[in-house]
Amino acid sequence: MKCQVCAKKTASVHLTEIINDQMTELHLCEQCAKEKGIAGLGQPFGLQDLLAGLVDFGTPISEEKKVALQCPNCKMTYEDFRKIGRLGCSQCYDTFKESLEPLLKKVHGSVQHLGKGPASDGEGLETRKALQDLYLKLQKAIQSEAFEEAAKIRDKIKKMEQGSL
Amino acid sequence: MKIDDLLKQTSGWLKGTGPHSEIVFSSRVRLARNVDKVLFPGWANKEQQEQALAIVEPAVKDIKQIQQGGLHMRMEDFSAVDKQLLVERHLVSRDHITKNEGRAVAVSGDETLAIMLNEEDHLRIQVLLPGFALNECWEQIEKIDSSLEKKLNFAFSGKWGYLTACPTNTGTGMRASVMLHLPALVLTKQINRVIQAIVKLGLTVRGLFGEGTEAAGNFFQISNQVSLGRSEDEIVDNIRRIINQVIEYEQNARQVLTTKNKSSLEDQVWRSYGILKNAHIISSSETIELLSNMRLGIDVGLLQGLTREVANELFILTQPAHLQKLEKKTLTTHQRDMKRAQLIRDKIK
Repeated sequence: MKCQVCAKKTASVHLTEIINDQMTELHLCEQCAKEKGIAGLGQPFGLQDLLAGLVDFGTPISEEKKVALQCPNCKMTYEDFRKIGRLGCSQCYDTFKESLEPLLKKVHGSVQHLGKGPASDGEGLETRKALQDLYLKLQKAIQSEAFEEAAKIRDKIKKMEQGSL
Repeated sequence: MKIDDLLKQTSGWLKGTGPHSEIVFSSRVRLARNVDKVLFPGWANKEQQEQALAIVEPAVKDIKQIQQGGLHMRMEDFSAVDKQLLVERHLVSRDHITKNEGRAVAVSGDETLAIMLNEEDHLRIQVLLPGFALNECWEQIEKIDSSLEKKLNFAFSGKWGYLTACPTNTGTGMRASVMLHLPALVLTKQINRVIQAIVKLGLTVRGLFGEGTEAAGNFFQISNQVSLGRSEDEIVDNIRRIINQVIEYEQNARQVLTTKNKSSLEDQVWRSYGILKNAHIISSSETIELLSNMRLGIDVGLLQGLTREVANELFILTQPAHLQKLEKKTLTTHQRDMKRAQLIRDKIK
């Protein structure tokens, strides 16, 4: 089979994409595939690779408003998200929620989680947050070689973990 | 456990046991989890990645299966060939070994549990079992997730579920997959129809060995595409029902081959076995094709005296990093082809 782009060389890269039940096949030679940026993929080409192109899908908000969006926690801008198709932190889900809602709908066909969630007792949540802070403090203490302090934090963590199990 | 100990054992998921192991190589469930407000690995700088690791690492090390006889290491502490070995054993993704910074891996002693730290998400947890055992995978991974959740404040929203770096994983953060050996559907040229039907039902199909869309050795990996809006049980159940049908199609096709095309099937199986048993130089791709035929021979009862476990194990042991680890030195392609042939001869004599 000849390459569909240059029609000269033998096609050695074969791509099948299925979008909305429509299957398209693409047969390219190594060189043309490289030029198109699809050769030498370590992993199969899939939906997540196309995601960056879908970010704008059906977004109801205006261009000016979008440009102004930036996540206060991780500083990712809307432009960054559009370019890489990945979010920067969990708070981005709130920052970009107006774009994410249609995107999630498009990808999953639904926007309401129906699966498992963390045990939602308020106390458990507080414990988790406190533990997380302690782990960070522990790391800092070890880095600054404050081993006495680190030992104290470790004891605190142990006690809390035993209490929460 | 040390990395070299992996070579001395057969991965738990390669045992060739479990329901429908004549067709289903293995079942896997993986969960993506992140810590709330902590930057996702892909967007974090080196220091932030280390911070994320400092939060999740202690919780991972505390998991019983990791603590007792497991392996836990930073990616930077592995040699290049060791990292490749982890990929060949399906314990980490190809992507996970492309960078060292802030990345780590944890594996249980029997290799059925593997956790990647700071890949695309803070945690990628997988349970991999032999045969058709998706429910068991989910039960096991659910327990691990619940124990981790007591120590980590996972990013979660009541509306969108678990929040992941890529929106394609949002919700359950779950990908359930089954690896199938479908030589009879390929030989009887029905495979494309079957794949099209599976895709129409919302599942993803890809090859297991080889690159891209090519399915070397007639191995196919089938997984869910959707992770939001369905419960984990529903996702597992949906795949289970569809795979049950695929298994039935493959069984029927094997039936046809062993009755109507008996002599050509026998010829193909015995020829493959003959080459594997006698070759002195053999490439990786030829090995996968011939091993596939040999496994079919074992599964339909033509090759007696050989176990499924030996065939399964050879698919992994004959890959480049494994050969080099066994030989304890770097090998050229030609040297690998010779070592591979020798290893196969030793294993199936």
